[in-house]
Amino acid sequence: MNELPLSGFRDNALPSEREGRGTAIAGMRIFLTVVTMLFLLLLIAFLARSQGGDWRSLSDPTAPLSRPWLLWINSLLLGLGCLALQWARVAGRHGQRGESLVAFWLGGLCTLGFIFGQLGAWWQFELWGYGVAANPASSFFYLLTGLHGLHLVGGLLVWGLTLRGFSRGRAPARLQLRVELCAIYWHYLLALWLLLFLVLSSPPGVYSVIAALCGLG
Amino acid sequence: MAYADQAEREAVHEPTGFVRRYIWSQDHKVIAVQYALTAIFVGLVALVLSALMRLQIGFPGSLGFMDPSAYYQAMTMHGMIMVIYLLTALFLGGFGNYLIPLMVGARDMVFPYLNMLSYWFYLLSVLVLLASFFVPGGPSGAGWTLYPPQAITAGTPGSEWGIVLMLVSLAIFIVAATMGGLNYVTTVLQARTHGMTLFRMPLTVWGIFMATVLALLAFPALFVSAVMMLFDRLLGTSFFMPEMVLLGQQSEHSGGSPILFQHLFWFFGHPEVYIVALPAFGLVSDLISVHARKKIFGYRMMVWAIVVIGVLSFVVWAHHMYVSGMNPYFGFFFATTTLVIAVPTALKVYNWVLTIWRGDIRLTVPMLFALAFILTFLVGGLTGLFLGNVIVDIPLSDTYFVVAHFHMVMGVAPILVVFGAIYHWFPKITGRMLDDRLGKLHFWITFLGTYAIYFPMHYLGFLGMPRRYYNYDGYEFIPQSAHDLNAFITVAALIVGVAQLVFLFNLFHSAFRGRRSGPNPWRAASLEWQTPQTPPAHGNWGAKLPVVYRWAYDYSVPGEKQDFIPQTVAPQELQGPGIEPESEVKR
Repeated sequence: MNELPLSGFRDNALPSEREGRGTAIAGMRIFLTVVTMLFLLLLIAFLARSQGGDWRSLSDPTAPLSRPWLLWINSLLLGLGCLALQWARVAGRHGQRGESLVAFWLGGLCTLGFIFGQLGAWWQFELWGYGVAANPASSFFYLLTGLHGLHLVGGLLVWGLTLRGFSRGRAPARLQLRVELCAIYWHYLLALWLLLFLVLSSPPGVYSVIAALCGLG
Repeated sequence: MAYADQAEREAVHEPTGFVRRYIWSQDHKVIAVQYALTAIFVGLVALVLSALMRLQIGFPGSLGFMDPSAYYQAMTMHGMIMVIYLLTALFLGGFGNYLIPLMVGARDMVFPYLNMLSYWFYLLSVLVLLASFFVPGGPSGAGWTLYPPQAITAGTPGSEWGIVLMLVSLAIFIVAATMGGLNYVTTVLQARTHGMTLFRMPLTVWGIFMATVLALLAFPALFVSAVMMLFDRLLGTSFFMPEMVLLGQQSEHSGGSPILFQHLFWFFGHPEVYIVALPAFGLVSDLISVHARKKIFGYRMMVWAIVVIGVLSFVVWAHHMYVSGMNPYFGFFFATTTLVIAVPTALKVYNWVLTIWRGDIRLTVPMLFALAFILTFLVGGLTGLFLGNVIVDIPLSDTYFVVAHFHMVMGVAPILVVFGAIYHWFPKITGRMLDDRLGKLHFWITFLGTYAIYFPMHYLGFLGMPRRYYNYDGYEFIPQSAHDLNAFITVAALIVGVAQLVFLFNLFHSAFRGRRSGPNPWRAASLEWQTPQTPPAHGNWGAKLPVVYRWAYDYSVPGEKQDFIPQTVAPQELQGPGIEPESEVKR
């Protein structure tokens, strides 16, 4: 306290670059906590509803997720998108702006591929007679993948704004922060997608056990 | 006090032009006023709806247009607007926005653009909700809890479009609340000025901070329920909708679980009580301390009570569902947690009373509202202990006792704090005082009037008078005295409703013609009263940021010239050591 003035006011101290970065990352973490809560509640609802007698598992031998090759391809695309964004993040940290921009482009394009792939999966579900109202299991498939996809679309909006920043020659530090935030967000959404994929394609016995353990059986 | 000359830097450049300054503004103070005015407007709509309902109950048939559908629609919209669009928005979006940056010594919220979007999304949610008055079938009449299958079953008022607009509006509101909430929490954690430790923050900031944490964690449950119900309504899914036969026709739904909706709804719904109550607790603590000229009693205890209440509020939700049928062990668990949450809550009430004890009490208008809050919260809280017990709740659950309880604890008590806080902080917001005589008139009519409304309702509840009924004619078990009491309640409600016009007149008249207040009319110690300009300018603090040396409750410190020590006064400037919560612990 000794270095502080008697007056109770000190020179204007705008947040430093480091503090600004810390604030943005703190905000992102808090937001991801909210998203976690959202999907946690959806998964609890999924577990509770899955114990109803009318539930037809999507992993049954004749159901669309018995051989979910399209979803594997989609997962691979999203994984590549994450890797590309991480590459953009690291390249940016080392001041390789051109490389960072290329990787950032790649990350967004892979994600667009993932979203179109998920729409393809919806179309496939419809073809197989697993429309949104066909069964509670497929209703959850559309709901969970739809909300996950919407979060990615939100991320792509920021991705687009960041690209615009690159093209307009915005301050590198500010762009780097956006790239970092995108990378964190994408990693989170990849992990979330893998969890959703695992739950959706698990045999009913698995989530019956989880539901029983949670007192939902 | 010395001020160094230093120009404002780019990031706090003041916006020019009317639109950027007052409409499309990123300034937290302007956004706060936008939130508050919108919330008060929509609250007035809900107030009118309650007057219409009371006229129907007190004087059945007096309103030609009030059929059962209109009654249920008024009831649903009244409840939802008051809880979500008025109280939540006003406490977090209004007071949170205005006070957090000023009280922690920040120039603004950390994400101002997001903050601005938060208000516009809130406004959109209000417009979507109000649009339901104008669609075919009118607004939803399913009750504010929107329970399925009732809410989306044909025959329920508004089951076609009203419910869709309600659910969409809620989803938009939650997006708005999340954008605002991210700002409030991150600002408290990251943007406090030098010396403002967490345990030097005023209890107002603690209350709003914890309420925002609850909102961020609880609103997703409402979002999930709203989206799943929209799927059921629009896409024909069966998340919540069971198999039903309607007018001889098999419904398209099967196997859904209405109880699942209730769990999700109340997982949001009970924390919602504290999303409203915790800011009220914080604000009233500051009002009491300032107007009793005494340090808040047990500051650290008060902070931990806020935190404990917040945590416990997530494990009591099913006490709203005793009558829906549950395993008796679950009932026992939720009754126990409900009673446990009363402990930190009661602790806060004791500490308020002990703060007042032997204080230099100034019966200003804010203090009158604060004292009224303590009494009202006590009454509402005690009846909550009744209803928290399964065996008492079941016979009372569907009666006016519940209406009296939740209006006392969640309606009247927080709104008394809202009024008290507006009277208290109005001079900082406008630079002018609200008229004292009009304020006292408003207080006494509101305070006594609300007791005239809700005290008799407890008695009606014990008589077994059911709630939610449109008309009580022809029920032999309801005595004539109950009908007379209903007429009395209606008259009281209308008087209280009209009295709010006094407040509105005072608000708008004083904003332009009120007596000038000066920077710190209440001689308060917290940081928002130490701004170089009143009302604070864009950026709040001029060229220099404040430095904090003490907590916000140094009142009537022995040996000091003034009976308050602002948070910005350094120890070297004092005669004695001041009083900090740490020194309390040492003693």
